[in-house]
Order: sequence, then C-alpha cells, then structure tokens
Amino acid sequence: MEIRELTCINCPMGCLLTVTMDGDTVTDISGYTCPRGKTYAEKEVTNPTRIVTSTVRVEGGRSERVPCKTESDIPKDKIFDVMREIDAATAQAPVVIGETLIHDVAGTGVDVIATASAI
Amino acid sequence: MNKAYDIVIVGGGPAGLAAAIAARESGTQSVIILERGEQLGGILNQCIHNGFGLHTFKEELTGPEYAHRFIQKVIDMGIEYKLDTMVMDISPERAVTAMNREDGMFVIDAKAVILAMGCRERPRGALNIPGYRPAGIFSAGTAQRLVNIEGYMPGREVVILGSGDIGLIMARRMTLEGAKVKCVAELMPYSGGLKRNIVQCLDDFGIPLLLSHTVVDIEGKEHITAVTIAEVGADRRPIKGTEVRYTCDTLLLSCGLIPENELSTSAGVRLSPITNGPVVNESLETSIPGVFACGNVLHVHDLVDYVSEEAAKAGQTAARYAQGAVEKGGREIEIHAGGGARYTVPSTVCIDRMDDRLTVRFRAGDVYKDAYVSVYFDEARVMRKKKRIIAPGEMEQIILSREQMKEYPDLKTITVKIER
Repeated sequence: MEIRELTCINCPMGCLLTVTMDGDTVTDISGYTCPRGKTYAEKEVTNPTRIVTSTVRVEGGRSERVPCKTESDIPKDKIFDVMREIDAATAQAPVVIGETLIHDVAGTGVDVIATASAI
Repeated sequence: MNKAYDIVIVGGGPAGLAAAIAARESGTQSVIILERGEQLGGILNQCIHNGFGLHTFKEELTGPEYAHRFIQKVIDMGIEYKLDTMVMDISPERAVTAMNREDGMFVIDAKAVILAMGCRERPRGALNIPGYRPAGIFSAGTAQRLVNIEGYMPGREVVILGSGDIGLIMARRMTLEGAKVKCVAELMPYSGGLKRNIVQCLDDFGIPLLLSHTVVDIEGKEHITAVTIAEVGADRRPIKGTEVRYTCDTLLLSCGLIPENELSTSAGVRLSPITNGPVVNESLETSIPGVFACGNVLHVHDLVDYVSEEAAKAGQTAARYAQGAVEKGGREIEIHAGGGARYTVPSTVCIDRMDDRLTVRFRAGDVYKDAYVSVYFDEARVMRKKKRIIAPGEMEQIILSREQMKEYPDLKTITVKIER
C-alpha cells in the first residue's frame, strides 16, 4: 500500500487529496470536495501528463527565438527528454504560427509546434 | 502630423486590443492604438506558458497564441495602430502627445481616450532588502523576457523572492532550461500566486515554497554569490536564529505588480490609493470625462480573460461617449468595499447609464474559508453568496442587476463585504 498526497488544481480551494494505491491500482481517494478533485487525483497518480512550452532557436531572421509547445499533453516523466530535443532544435525564419517544428518529440508521438510567427 | 481620432488607445497589449475591437464593433470607425513596443500583444508575447483563454475560448492557449487571436482580428478589421510609439502626455482636453522615429513628435485630438498601459513589477528599490547591490538580481518579468524573447539565461543557481505568478512560472522555466532553483521565499503566510501554478511549477519539480520567509542579506560585490533567508513572525519581521544561507548566481523578484499610471497622473486622473489605478464609474470612465481605463492599468488582474472582458466594456463605453450618445448627469451611487474586501472596480454606478447587469470586481485582504460575499444596498443585505475559499491572489466578482437597484429608489451606497 502506498499513500500519495496531492493538491488539487481545479479551483482556488486547493483541496489536499490523499490517494491510496496498491501497486498501479487506486484503492482509495479522500480529501476531495467535488467530483473534479477525484478525477484529477486519479489521472495524476495513474497517468500524469503536461503540456511543455519553451522556445526554439531561429536562424536567418530578425528573431532570436520562437515560442513553442507540445501540440497535446505528454507524459510527465518525459518533460526533460522533450526539453533536450527542443533545446537542440533550430527553425529557419520565417516561422508561421502553428507550424510543426519537431515531429514526434522524444518518441511521444506528439509534435512540437510554433505558438507565434517569427520573421 | 496633427490628427484627430474618435478614440485613441494607449497600449497595444491584451487590454488595448480588446478595447479597440469592441470600440470598432460598437460602430466607431476612427480608432488608433499607440504601442510602445515593436509588436502588438504586450506582455503576452513573453508569457509562452499555457493556461490562457480557458474562460474566453474554452481552451488552453499560450500567451502568444491568445494575443495572436486578438491581433489577427485587429488587422482583419483594419484598425489603425502605430508601433514603437511612446505616448508622452495626455491633456485633460484629451490631446494625446506621442513620438516615434518616423513621425517625430505629434499630437492627436481624441474624442475619447482609453488607458491600457498595463502594469510594472515592484522593483528591488521598493522592497528594502539589505545587502550589496551586485549584478544578477532581476525582476521575474525581466528574466522572463531574457529567457523567452532574447534566448539568454540569466544564471544557473536561482533563488526567487516572492510567490507571484510570474515568479512561479519562472521557477519552472529556469528549471526546464537546466538551472537549479533552490527555493521560492514568500513574506506572507500564503502565496500571491494561483494554486495551479504552485502545483505545476514548484511541486512538479520539487522546488520548496518557503511561506513567511524573506531575504535578509545579499552577498557579492560584482555579481551576486549568495542570499540569506530567514523566517518572519506574524509582524513580518525576521526571526533571529532562523537564517539559512543559499549560494546563488541569480535572485529573481516577484513581489507584486503596480499599475503604470504616470500618464494618467499627469493628465489629472484621480487614482485609488489601494489599487494604484484610476477611480472609475460603471462605464470604466475615470475622473476626467472621456478618459477610460481597463486592464492592469486599472487594477492588476490574475487572468487575461478578465482583462479582455473588462477592456471590451471600456471599448463599448468609449465608443458611446465618442458618438455623443451618453446620458449626461444622473445620480451616482457609491460602491464601497468593506469588511475584508479591499477595493471594488468600479467604485460608482449610475442607474441611468448602466447596462442591465454590471460586473463589480474586488479582492480580499486576507484568506477566508467558508465565508460569505455579501452585498448591501444601504443597510439592507440583498445578496449573500457562500464561498469555500476567498484569497487575495484570486480576484472575486459580483453582478449587480439594474432591475434590483431600481427597487431601491433612495439607494446611496452599495457595500461589498466578506462576512464569516
């Protein structure tokens, strides 16, 4: 039995959630005051994901950097693998907002796209 | 160049953009935005993280993406704007003096002016931190600009003072780029930032948040080498014996935002000592007729969605004013903040000029659990809403209805209170 404590992020209440786990199975969730807290806790302990935002170096234009993000959320434990690829990448100006900058970043199956245009 | 416009908007950030769009949609053709920076979008351009637009677009956008939607609309509508243009002065008669490299200095006569200059970070000089004044101390927003726009890392070993949202966001950003963020120290017993930022920016990366702590010493002659952090008591004074020294090459300050009202002040606009922003009526009109204010220059917001909403309102009311369609006179009812609420925006309302519903925004001065937000029409309590939590870091709002106000013909004062 493993007990994990989380803070719910759905609203300013910030309920302290306690999740009891047996291996990979959630056996009990307590501390939430609304259903959203329960759902959050479940996802957070079984499959936590995040959207990663950063910048990519731009060459051949006026801008130094273009902001970017993973097009959808990626597993939380892949954040630093994703960052390593983003830091190694360069984009050629001009970049158009929405353009794919990295395909299948760090084997997540998710693309990194530009969140602004750069000239 | 001397010109006349119906509406001049000072600032092309989220507030200015939304105000311009709403003014045009309200039928005013002659609108111009004057922007100091080299592009529209304001601070959103450096806020590359996501979480913007949940209320407006029902999706999570990054700052630049949120800005892009408004900028595209401004361009599609053919709204005029000038970049790299600094407004120098606004006269009480609404003559706007500005300058840029192309036009030199010029004056625009405006029927209405919308103030949308945003806010500034509280600098070190306003914080009374003892110690040397070496390089390596940045406001969190400056560091954000350096990292996200210039692609330059200010340092590798970071301590952050203040738990405002920009500080929390930068704790994550610097960590992602390979820096070691040692801690975030917060003077108050609660964070000034949003809960989701504490979880996703600090907890995710194991960065400690030290509540009721502050920096008591800064070391380093040329460049910062270490800071000393101590716990503070209920009087917010450092407690002897609790000092801990952290070596670092960077100290980021995220200690509050202050509306940028130099232009408003020189125009003679009356400011609130609590928000540091203009005192406004239900139309978001300042003490100078025809001068309106919205966004962070009016009061500091946590969510850009509310900035856009508020600015759209200012755009509509300014358009009405420029078209000469505003009812003159009318009885003003005061809106007071009492019992736990620090201020309200707006601070007066006129029944004849208000829409059917009026959003009144306010902030609490402390953390309240299981408290009530109450609205009093003079002595009568007309609204009482239970809230599980109310915190200074999260803006609150109530809606006043015109119908309900009409039932109180002698109404003089509306009071917004937080009651336990």
